[in-house]
Amino acid sequence: MMEQATGGYRGVWRRLRRNPMGMIGLAMLVTAIGVALLAPWLSPYDPNAIIRVTILDIYQSPSPAHWLGTDDAGRDVLTNFLYGARVSLTVGFFASFIAVSIGGLLGLSAGFLGGRTEGVLMRFTDIMLVIPDLPLAVVIVALTKPSLTNIILVIGLLGWTGTARLVRAQTMSVKQRKFVLRARAVGAGNRYIMHRHIFPLVLPLMVVNTVLVISLAILNESTLSFLGLGDPATLSWGQMLNYAFTRGAMSAGAWWALIPPGFGIVWVVLACTLLGQGLEQALNPRLLTHHLAADRTLTSHRRLQPAPTSEGATPGNR
Amino acid sequence: MILCIRVDESQLVHRSVYLANKIAWAAFTILFVIVLNFFLFRILPGDPARAGVRDPRLTAEAQAAIRTRFGLDKPVINCFTSLNPLEPGDCAVNPLDTQFFIYAGNLLRGEFGISYHTNRPVVEVLGERLWNTLLLIGAGQILAIVLGMALGILAAWKARTPVDYGALGFSLLAWSLPTFWLGIILLFWGSTYLGLPVGGKSTPGINYANTWEELVDLARHLFLPSLTYTIVFLGEYMLIMRSSLVDVLAEDYILTAKAKGLNHFQILKDHALKNAMLPMVTIIALNLGFTVAGAVQIESVFSWPGLGGAIYEAVNRRDYPMLQGAFLLLAVSVIVANLIAELLYGYLDPRVGVE
Repeated sequence: MMEQATGGYRGVWRRLRRNPMGMIGLAMLVTAIGVALLAPWLSPYDPNAIIRVTILDIYQSPSPAHWLGTDDAGRDVLTNFLYGARVSLTVGFFASFIAVSIGGLLGLSAGFLGGRTEGVLMRFTDIMLVIPDLPLAVVIVALTKPSLTNIILVIGLLGWTGTARLVRAQTMSVKQRKFVLRARAVGAGNRYIMHRHIFPLVLPLMVVNTVLVISLAILNESTLSFLGLGDPATLSWGQMLNYAFTRGAMSAGAWWALIPPGFGIVWVVLACTLLGQGLEQALNPRLLTHHLAADRTLTSHRRLQPAPTSEGATPGNR
Repeated sequence: MILCIRVDESQLVHRSVYLANKIAWAAFTILFVIVLNFFLFRILPGDPARAGVRDPRLTAEAQAAIRTRFGLDKPVINCFTSLNPLEPGDCAVNPLDTQFFIYAGNLLRGEFGISYHTNRPVVEVLGERLWNTLLLIGAGQILAIVLGMALGILAAWKARTPVDYGALGFSLLAWSLPTFWLGIILLFWGSTYLGLPVGGKSTPGINYANTWEELVDLARHLFLPSLTYTIVFLGEYMLIMRSSLVDVLAEDYILTAKAKGLNHFQILKDHALKNAMLPMVTIIALNLGFTVAGAVQIESVFSWPGLGGAIYEAVNRRDYPMLQGAFLLLAVSVIVANLIAELLYGYLDPRVGVE
């Protein structure tokens, strides 16, 4: 269990800088955000331009004119790929913001208030945790209008369970600590303790969790879009894969329409996972002995999963 | 002698109380899903029951049958004529004579409605498909668990060596791969270079000479989907096994065992593994939701005739009774499987005390 951000945020950043996994993840994420922001300048074509397409323009293999070839509608794959980063990241950020806000609020309330409130909230969390997310998301999106907003809402409203449990556990452990008990003894009220003592120590964990939830949200968005539930007005990576897969890219041998979007998803999800793990280790450095290791000395080992902060990223939520 | 389970640090709960509690909560969750399933399909704009009545694929008699089956001329629940938009209605009606209780009654009789696409009872179609999904999940899970544990033990034993880092890198990558995309890549590779079938469960229109031929055909169809499955889950299981074993290897009793002169194999087998296994059981149970998500994606890519594929097809064909039935069946299966895992965990947990 993470105790506290020792050495404050500067210390965290110092440790993160020495953490190769975290730094690689950060660099990858920054690159992806850069691509998303600079898409209009990087793209060789305008994605919204109306183009005249002949049968020969469909699934053209990569050429100097189209570095990654063309898709089922004769559009430039590279352009769609670069603009697709915007959709995926937008969904990732907004959906995880919703999920972590809900999960954080429920977890803080349950952990801090305890008693019956906690019982009810955690039972509800347990129920939501057991119901399989993806089929439920599919049902809801299929019955509502498949728009980007709806997808963000559905992913956000279904993705908070891991965060809630995690934040509750952290809140409970902080609540028991001496300085909180002392503050209470000298007459500090609930609001003050929550604001000054509990929240600052739970926040770092929520930040790490957000990064991990982003990767889940992006995976979920691409899956929903692939299943044909994407917003028809926007072209996300999952949507590109849906069009390519259902419109004959396989039989046309058009690997260029299938590889880049998937690569984009893997890139962003891997970036968030690495950064999340790196941040977690920077917040919660731990040393472990390994009695069977060759050097037999104290071995600095960082567990990857299932450390408490990774709970939001446990596969059950995916 | 009373068998007890330590649920919290402080309290001991009698085992039968623990079991009853778990079963009661699973039952409550199933009830919640049933209610959710009803209201989702009535509140959300699609309102499939009504859409079905207007569906041009159905004959006038079929539409009338749907109206009676769903009780569409009756109020949704007591006091509400319709939920979309909320229309207050008569509260004096017999509460059992409402759409909700007709739906509940149909469920109890095992009636999930008629598929709009195939005009066959949903429960019949789903019953066939359940076995296909279990076959796919079973094959994939067993492979993933066996391989994942083996690799995890290797990585933990060789912690902080290239073997370990390689295994970690692989798991991270496997975790980041969208399942459906991995399926597409493997399908592309397998059908192009290995000559494997592109989808389905059997070659259409084939007459098998004998059972062996049939099995070979099934195996050829099962290979790529279950390989996708295995890769996706392998990394996960490996990581869990590794970190839980590494934690155990840090314990002092391992040092004691080493001091006794036991070799690594004996220490791993007799001392470390038993204690490292519990998190595996938990994670396999926790994975059930993910398992279902994986099945939906893999079956969609490989046109595997299972429950997940049913969801995909139902979405694309606007076949709402099928979607509703498949969701309910999947959710209930996960809840029941989760309950079994929890009960199993109660038996496996070494903290089961004897008073």
